[in-house]
Amino acid sequence: METISANPTYKLELTSSPHVHSRWSTKQAMWFVVIALIPSLISAVVFFGPYQLVIVLTSVLFCVATEYLIKRIRKRKVTVSDGSAVITGLLLGLILPPNFSLSSTAIGAVFAIAVGKEIFGGLGYNIFNPALVGRAFLQAAFPVAVTTWTEPNFAVDTVTSATPLAAFKFDKVLTDIQPMFLGNVSGSLGETSAIAILIGGIFLIAVGVVNYRVPLAMILGMILFAGIFWVIDPIKYPNPVFQLFAGGFLFGTFFMATDWVTTPITSKGMWIFGFGIALLVVVIRIFGGLPEGVMYAILIMNSVVPIINRFTYPRIFGAAK
Amino acid sequence: MKEKKSLGYEYLKGLWEVNPVFKQVLGMCPALAVTVSVMNGLAMALATTFVLVFSSLLISFIRKLIPNQVRIAAFIVIIATFVTIADLVMKAKFPELSKALGPFVPLIVVNCIILGRAEAFASKNSPFRSLIDALGNGTGFLIALVVMGGIREIIGSRTLLGYQVLPNGFEPWLIMILPAGAFLTLGLLMGLANFYVDRKNRIEKQELVQKYRKTPDSVEIKGQEA
Repeated sequence: METISANPTYKLELTSSPHVHSRWSTKQAMWFVVIALIPSLISAVVFFGPYQLVIVLTSVLFCVATEYLIKRIRKRKVTVSDGSAVITGLLLGLILPPNFSLSSTAIGAVFAIAVGKEIFGGLGYNIFNPALVGRAFLQAAFPVAVTTWTEPNFAVDTVTSATPLAAFKFDKVLTDIQPMFLGNVSGSLGETSAIAILIGGIFLIAVGVVNYRVPLAMILGMILFAGIFWVIDPIKYPNPVFQLFAGGFLFGTFFMATDWVTTPITSKGMWIFGFGIALLVVVIRIFGGLPEGVMYAILIMNSVVPIINRFTYPRIFGAAK
Repeated sequence: MKEKKSLGYEYLKGLWEVNPVFKQVLGMCPALAVTVSVMNGLAMALATTFVLVFSSLLISFIRKLIPNQVRIAAFIVIIATFVTIADLVMKAKFPELSKALGPFVPLIVVNCIILGRAEAFASKNSPFRSLIDALGNGTGFLIALVVMGGIREIIGSRTLLGYQVLPNGFEPWLIMILPAGAFLTLGLLMGLANFYVDRKNRIEKQELVQKYRKTPDSVEIKGQEA
């Protein structure tokens, strides 16, 4: 985009075609995402107690305040009302462990917006998903606090508070699907309850805010790649259904990998992106040192989005091959 | 052809205008690897400055004797001599520091600041000017390493020069003493430096435009006449 402004009162904005008309404005779409996150918020309160709302609110507050301050310092238009900072705050809050320290939450939120987003130029220019940047920073800065899990309120097995993935990786204990589907397992605030995520995710796809391709590619990819390992050795490797519902995979599928800014714009690119994440998640979970790898998988794929876009550029209609 | 600049400029340019770390983006390896604490950064920068100053001086003295085709090899031999001196002195006098810096002291041989200054400055200028230039660049490198080391030590381990400066209530950010913290600190500092320079240039440009806007008619008429 180029702006010609010989005289500051007349501005001519030039963008290249095609101009696709969207049903929703950026602002409306952002608030739809906020609505879609409500079921996950409820599940966090139900399973980990009302204090978790304070964590999420702190995260939102610091994200919005950071965005406002940076826009003011750089003398740009304050764009807080578009809701993108609110979403970053909500997402970051929901991928933190229960009863996480509030000061650390604030640090993560400031880092997510300042370094994850505003340094690149603000909404639309960031390479990496800001919420995941904040989470990755917290994981590196406070590795112990970030992996200290609190067990859910209705935990059947009160002996261990390990997440299903950690339990499988280190103790070879396979958690049942039913509690993982409801959310009655250890894990980050919003990621444990598959049903809440599915409600929000399907709502987003239904109203047309999120394209179905990336989530579908990720789920199919996960079943395929985890399935290959499971077929090879069903005892050593967990089954695909467990892999699908465990950890932050579904939350990442519907809310992180569908961010419009940091994902491919072409249809073919979206499929590649989704399958790429699924493959990386399976590889990290099975061969990596960490039990969970959704965050790093999405961040790695974020970084190759420009290349994916370039190589999946659709052929111009009527042009020679 | 060559414009003689004042000696003061030759020294001061190394501090900011062509700061080895922030502007020339040279010597990244020690800047990222050893700046875990102020002390390490300081020791590294002093050792590098020592090598930089003496190798620049010597290269400048014998610059007319070195055949052009083998100059890089000759520079490296001279640099390696001084690095060996620095390494052995550190091992004898400051064994703990030498251990903390590990292989990075011998690696000064391949520090591109030293070869860069030898190639770009010392081999073309008089010994005295080369000495001043080397001192300026060394000081610039020292400032950069101490600032980076300071930031990383304060946030990463709550201390400065080994003394605790932040209260126990502050949980140290482990990332700052990990390699990732080095890249973050360097990137943010470089961004800040560029932001500052950018703003200064913009303000200067605006002032220039304002100056010409005051007399737009006369400018236009002159143009038509020509």
